[in-house]
Amino acid sequence: MIVAGKGGVGKTTVTAALATAAARTGASVLIVEVEGKSGLATCLGASPLEYDEQEIRPGLRARTLTPDQALLEYLEERGLRRVSKHLVKSGALDVVATAVPGMKDILVLGKVKQLEVAKAADLIIIDAPAAGHAVTFLLSPRGLLDAMRLGPVRQQAEDVIELLSDPARCRVLLVTLAEETPVNELVDTAFALEDRVGVKLGPIVVNAVPSDLDLDGHHARDDAAAAGLELPVGDAEALDAAAAFRHERHQLARKQAARLASRLPLPQLQLPFVFETIGPAQVDQLADVLTSEVTAMPDALVP
Amino acid sequence: MNVNQLIDEQHVIVCCGTGGVGKTTTSAVLALAAAQRGRNAVVVTIDPAKRLADTLGLDQLGNAPQEIPRVRWDPDAHAPESGRLSALMLDSRATFDALVHKNARTTEQAERILANRFYRNIAGALSGTQEYMAMEKLHELHEDGGYDVIVVDTPPTRHALDFLDAPARLTRLLDNRIFRVLMAPTRRYLRVASVAVQAFLRTVAKVIGSEVIDDIVAFFRAFEGMEQGFRARAKNVLEVLADSSTAFVLITSPRRDAVDEAEFFAARLRESHLGVAALIVNRVHPDYGESLDPAALRHRAAELEGADGEAADRLATRYENLAGYVTLAHLEREELTRAGQRIGAGTVAYVPSLAHDVVDVAALEEVADCLVHEATR
Repeated sequence: MIVAGKGGVGKTTVTAALATAAARTGASVLIVEVEGKSGLATCLGASPLEYDEQEIRPGLRARTLTPDQALLEYLEERGLRRVSKHLVKSGALDVVATAVPGMKDILVLGKVKQLEVAKAADLIIIDAPAAGHAVTFLLSPRGLLDAMRLGPVRQQAEDVIELLSDPARCRVLLVTLAEETPVNELVDTAFALEDRVGVKLGPIVVNAVPSDLDLDGHHARDDAAAAGLELPVGDAEALDAAAAFRHERHQLARKQAARLASRLPLPQLQLPFVFETIGPAQVDQLADVLTSEVTAMPDALVP
Repeated sequence: MNVNQLIDEQHVIVCCGTGGVGKTTTSAVLALAAAQRGRNAVVVTIDPAKRLADTLGLDQLGNAPQEIPRVRWDPDAHAPESGRLSALMLDSRATFDALVHKNARTTEQAERILANRFYRNIAGALSGTQEYMAMEKLHELHEDGGYDVIVVDTPPTRHALDFLDAPARLTRLLDNRIFRVLMAPTRRYLRVASVAVQAFLRTVAKVIGSEVIDDIVAFFRAFEGMEQGFRARAKNVLEVLADSSTAFVLITSPRRDAVDEAEFFAARLRESHLGVAALIVNRVHPDYGESLDPAALRHRAAELEGADGEAADRLATRYENLAGYVTLAHLEREELTRAGQRIGAGTVAYVPSLAHDVVDVAALEEVADCLVHEATR
């Protein structure tokens, strides 16, 4: 499962919640972080992730996987440890990586494929690079096939394409906010991924959607009077202002979610807006929501 | 220096920040505000949202600045006569091509390079190239554009500051000894090359194929003699960035992860002896009163939930909601205090969370007003 989306939409939070929800069902889950960012460890309450796996909670493990690490491992597995050191030191690695764009991405994806084939976990979740880059990242094996006629890297690329285009083995889960620009970018990314990468998309996760308060236009002061209560000075204004802000946000999100649905016929999983900083407790709550939303979906759509 | 001074006095404004914090929008806002205050402004955008691109008149793609008709950016005709606004969307490949043309001794040399597959990869995919080309474009506009102020957006990646060392990386790439050896007319040099180099080249050829190596060799041959020009140019770009008329503006949102990234950017700039002139915080949630306490509000909500009647229930819902937003406002304030201390920006400006996307001139003006008139809190 590859989690992708524009920067700032909460990909990492969704990755954490999804992994938590999956681990609760008894599945073994491995999260793979590919950009060397620290957010994932923080929101799961873990120490910074490393190349070696760490168990975050029962059934849930996480690790990083950067191209440099993957390359060193690739060469070492082929008995070329000394060459690899020289490669990095001389700067020749830059030249090679430039000569073969997507070389770095294929190394990362190749390693993911290796983990998948070795059944490292029931579910492997990749916190992918930000949206535009996600397409390039996932297109890298196709680009390489065009560039190379033979060799181990070509074989690697073929294996990765086989993995990416097999919906039983791999799905991409796109994440967005219910706002104009993120929705537009998500639609573009979705079409690019399906048409050019040939990957099957899972449901869309619409993150940070404020729910409606169902106040039906009533005001705080009237309600207080009706309930026979006296509100402290200033409370009525603050209550109404905050409720109005929430209502506006809810309407905007609903409109954008509907627009997304009309442009992209995929099921949506909506996650609520969270007021607090995302930590393990919030991830648990979001995992609850995901579980109930997924349970409510028709079986055919369950990732 | 506050935001007013920034847009009135600086010659170059570089906007940095992680993805999704409103960097492109803020760049457009700063350029618009400068134009409306009478300056001849140009904004270099990287990847604007479609509607913002339409607003800026970037629907016809071009790597050269297009002046935006005054009626579009100054509908009420308030701006001084001297104000002008132009925009361009960076085409990093075209910028690189122009740079090659400029540095090549002959047209044939330039053509040979432009046709090389390895070059096309450098121009399209080398990490930091897009960032560096944004800076190259900046330099070009700085040299011959005649603009009062140039606002540059940077790509939305963690590596956006790679432009600081992209020149070094590029020259290191172009100077690479292993491939210089390969370019030698006879294979005699290969014999003197170390065993490790030979082993390396054999491995590379085996893994990625000999055609790729041929491309690389052809490229280095074609490029011969141009490194000096490139290196000098890279040095000039860094000089423009380090000049006191250039200001770095860091853009963030008040969420923890964005603030962490902003700190990372600030530290990276400091390493290169560049300071953050201003920190702009987008999407700050409203504060419903300093004295409100989330715990007390939540307690009130719990009491009301126990009471009878729909009106009481609705009040409970409202208190719960207000408690949420007050919690959020407190968290944001904490983050911003932390950011303010660690980033050490000359000025900090806030833009409230707006209920609509900022894609038209009216909305850009609204944000500009927040920055210019309520710049400090």
